[in-house]
Amino acid sequence: MKIAVCVKRVPDMDVRFRIGVDNVSVDEAGLKFDINDFDAWAVEAALKLKDKVAGSEVTVISLGPDVVQETIRKALSMGADRGIQLKADKVPFDGLVIAKALSAELKTGGYDLVFFGKMSPDSSNGVVGPMAAELLGLPCVTAISSLEIADGKGTAKRELEGAQEIVEFSLPAVLTVDEGLNAARLPSLKGIMAAKKKPLEVKPAQLAEPQVTVRKMELPPERKAGRVVGEGASAVPELVRLLQTEAKVL
Amino acid sequence: MANVFAFVETRGTDVRKVGLEAVTAARMLAEKSGGGEVHALLLGPPGIAAKATQVGQYGADTVIVVEHPGLANYSPEVATATAADRIKSGGYRAAVFSTSAQGRDLAPRVAARLGVSIVTDVLSFEIEGDSIVVRHPMNIGKVIATIAIAAKPAIIAMRPNVIAPARNAKAGKVENAQPSIDPATARVKVIETRQGGGGKLDLAEAPVVIAGGRGLKTAENFKLVEDLASAFGNAAVGATRAVTDDGWRPHSDQIGQTGRLVSPELYIAVGISGAVQHLAGMRTSKTIVAINKDKDAPIFKVADYGIVGDVFEVIPALTLAVREAKKHH
Repeated sequence: MKIAVCVKRVPDMDVRFRIGVDNVSVDEAGLKFDINDFDAWAVEAALKLKDKVAGSEVTVISLGPDVVQETIRKALSMGADRGIQLKADKVPFDGLVIAKALSAELKTGGYDLVFFGKMSPDSSNGVVGPMAAELLGLPCVTAISSLEIADGKGTAKRELEGAQEIVEFSLPAVLTVDEGLNAARLPSLKGIMAAKKKPLEVKPAQLAEPQVTVRKMELPPERKAGRVVGEGASAVPELVRLLQTEAKVL
Repeated sequence: MANVFAFVETRGTDVRKVGLEAVTAARMLAEKSGGGEVHALLLGPPGIAAKATQVGQYGADTVIVVEHPGLANYSPEVATATAADRIKSGGYRAAVFSTSAQGRDLAPRVAARLGVSIVTDVLSFEIEGDSIVVRHPMNIGKVIATIAIAAKPAIIAMRPNVIAPARNAKAGKVENAQPSIDPATARVKVIETRQGGGGKLDLAEAPVVIAGGRGLKTAENFKLVEDLASAFGNAAVGATRAVTDDGWRPHSDQIGQTGRLVSPELYIAVGISGAVQHLAGMRTSKTIVAINKDKDAPIFKVADYGIVGDVFEVIPALTLAVREAKKHH
């Protein structure tokens, strides 16, 4: 089986972000970057299939500047076979621009399955996977939390609000991965050594004109400091009073 | 003056609250553009047509009803083709979807099929000259971006719960239509929609959310949280990632960076320390209450009201008090 996984390098979210001097970007100084969690689960899903189906090949694709090679290498160290960097000065915000560049590359690969994470926490738009599927004209199931592939067909589960969908689809297909599908394997030392020798091709990304533009980025207003109403069960009457008279939510 | 398209999300023969929110948002956009019409697409199995009146009540001038026995479950390909064809032929200035599980699946496909960009998780919107300008949270809500959409039509997916469905009765003229493709030919088929817990309020839609963390110590103790939710009567129960990772609650209950995003009127955190990953999913709640035995827990920094104490004493007392308060309403 030929499998592709599209991955993104994203900053660690456990920080207080600063807005860049241009007011339309996040200041990257001091931020730590790694593969997007959802994308790591997508890589794991591909590797699980590779483990099952002899002769499978997993290709990892990332769009961005040369630093994304680290992200591709991480996926290679987990066990993917080869990488492709679609080189661009930066990752555009417009999901359609990204989807167009990725699908131009994906359509030449003859892949049976293409995996994406369901979203990335930085841009938080969650559109690249389904948009690429549409541009490729392929069936697509988004945000899957279980997956079975057999006889050229797949079955997946999706979590909805208060419900689940069981979805059947034909291959080739595009899948986007939600949390809960698997736990991503950690690269072994052997994997890390092997990854250094795996092929990583660099090609220019074909970037279309964006139709959406970030005009401004700002930090949200801080929540005003709250207060501790009291200690233990004896504070309950005062809490209820505040919920009724001040917050007016009870 | 420009017409605006709205996709009305349904499940079975029910219109979902986010569907009415989309109609309300479309109405607001039409008004902002100088008073155009709202055309709403209502897609579903036989019986869905009866809901057209309701959609008209919330501001749709025309309700395009597509009733088909093959649409008992969501059909991504039928919905994409039908919505895209309609948006294309209708010449709309904008099309409004929801950032729900279904909307996240559908809206980007429709946009790609039309060759236009999309912004999801939209918090608010304005029309400025040739652009529709929206606010969109990035970096798990720690950054808010203002984004100008030059594409026509502008496709946006609203974050649930930021615009309350508002009655604004319009004609709601029904126009019956056929799906653009036969559901039987779809390559992706939802063969079953399993409802989780009958009649349970959904986390993204409930006005009150009670969430439990590791401080509850065992899965069984979630009963306390459920009792408090039932005392409110309009509350849904959520959990932290630690709790869903331990299997105390299903993954679908997880509130946080990798889970569900909620912004209810009232959020009560029970035995939750307030990890960044969790705060990302609930910090936009209107009122936050925290109950935790550790007075230094980070959750108290975002909570409007806190009680430092043992959840096993405080929650039963709060449940009784809420039940009393509800009685007098």
